[in-house]
Amino acid sequence: MRAPASLLPLRLEDLSFEAGGRRIIDGISLEIGAEARTVILGPNGAGKSVLMRLCHGLLAPTSGRVVWNVRQPANGRHRQAMVFQRPIMLRRSALANVAYGLKLAGVERHERQARAHRALERLGLAHLAGRSGRVLSGGEQQRVALARAWALEPEVLFLDEPTANLDPTATREIEAAIAGIGVAGTKIIMVTHDLGAAKRLADEIIFIHNGRVLERAGAERFFAGPSSREAAAFIKGELL
Amino acid sequence: MNTVGPAFAQAVDLVFGFSPQLVEIVLLSLQVSFAAVVIATLVGLPLGATIAVARFPGRQAVIVLFNALLGLPAVVIGLLVYLLLSRAGPLGELGIMFTPAAMVVAQSILVAPIIAAFSRQSIEDAWREYEEQLDSLGANPFQAALTLLWDCKFSLLTTVLAGFGRAVAEVGTVMIVGGNIDGVTRVMTTAIALETSKGDLPLALGLGIVLMSLVLALNATAHVITEAAKRRYG
Repeated sequence: MRAPASLLPLRLEDLSFEAGGRRIIDGISLEIGAEARTVILGPNGAGKSVLMRLCHGLLAPTSGRVVWNVRQPANGRHRQAMVFQRPIMLRRSALANVAYGLKLAGVERHERQARAHRALERLGLAHLAGRSGRVLSGGEQQRVALARAWALEPEVLFLDEPTANLDPTATREIEAAIAGIGVAGTKIIMVTHDLGAAKRLADEIIFIHNGRVLERAGAERFFAGPSSREAAAFIKGELL
Repeated sequence: MNTVGPAFAQAVDLVFGFSPQLVEIVLLSLQVSFAAVVIATLVGLPLGATIAVARFPGRQAVIVLFNALLGLPAVVIGLLVYLLLSRAGPLGELGIMFTPAAMVVAQSILVAPIIAAFSRQSIEDAWREYEEQLDSLGANPFQAALTLLWDCKFSLLTTVLAGFGRAVAEVGTVMIVGGNIDGVTRVMTTAIALETSKGDLPLALGLGIVLMSLVLALNATAHVITEAAKRRYG
């Protein structure tokens, strides 16, 4: 089904990022494989979102490299998509928001509409297709954003705190959708500082603090007994 | 003795009787200001959009400059264009001084900063919101620019209307570079100034009525567009 070569593993080689004289990511080396849902967990200000933007190519590293198994185009990216903490709705209908991503990806016009419809349907939004994206509720907007990402049929889906601004019902819907996208064969890489979300969605945890990876473990093992002091404090709610 | 009442009645007659003299002045006003706004939009919009999205040294200074140009008195622009177009000026050879073309040039210079400054503001706001998402979806700069223009279309349209309102209602530049020549460069505002000083109140008032109605209609249109866009897009 997939294109011959997989994007994964993704290798980060001694990755650093500085802004305003501050070192936000401090020499991270990692390899992220195709199997399992990976959650990047850590307290506020740990550098999680910046790390994700470096992986996705929205930021350029100060030093070090982000290496995909398949070379990515210099100005753009293939088979990756990202959903942001605050869903960004263009001033057009929900359907047009989803179709827009497909248009940029070079999908033919007639196929765009059909694929956008399918993506909205899959996320339970078919009845809202004609409504303006910006007048939908926060949860609905985030589902449209997920549909827009999923319609691209990405091999890797980055999620930056996708449920941080949502109420419990909307959070449940979004998490179910994310799990579904994962089951359908897309690699999920999610950033969160929410322990509940991490427990519900993670197969493996990468724990980050002050721009460094302190721990990486299967989710069950991590929550049962983290090996680093900081992770233990974070799980106990002492490190925010 | 009261001359205002009868003058007003005559003014209404002139307007609704479509007096040829009044119609000619109104049409010239609309033509000059429309042409000026088209030119100002062609120059100001790409300029505003570029300043909104591009990052370059001195960008803040350029923004301040354009905001300052918003407040530049029309007569000063008139004077500058006069110096530019007068026989001895650098563009004197064009020979367009005291023609409608000179008025179009002057009003374009008056309106372009308005369109540049306001379009910069709305496009920059949208860009700040969209930038990462468009980057993530792989938009190149050209595609991003088209998306921003399309998504800001309503605020840009109201900006253009505001520019037209400013152009059609100003008197300083067209008086200086047009010269208020009867049948050639006489527009609504300059005619009002002249007729009032001559004491021909009916024509002045009639033009005043047309001008005020026009400005009111422009603002009402802009308001309706803004409200409709808000309802539709939040």
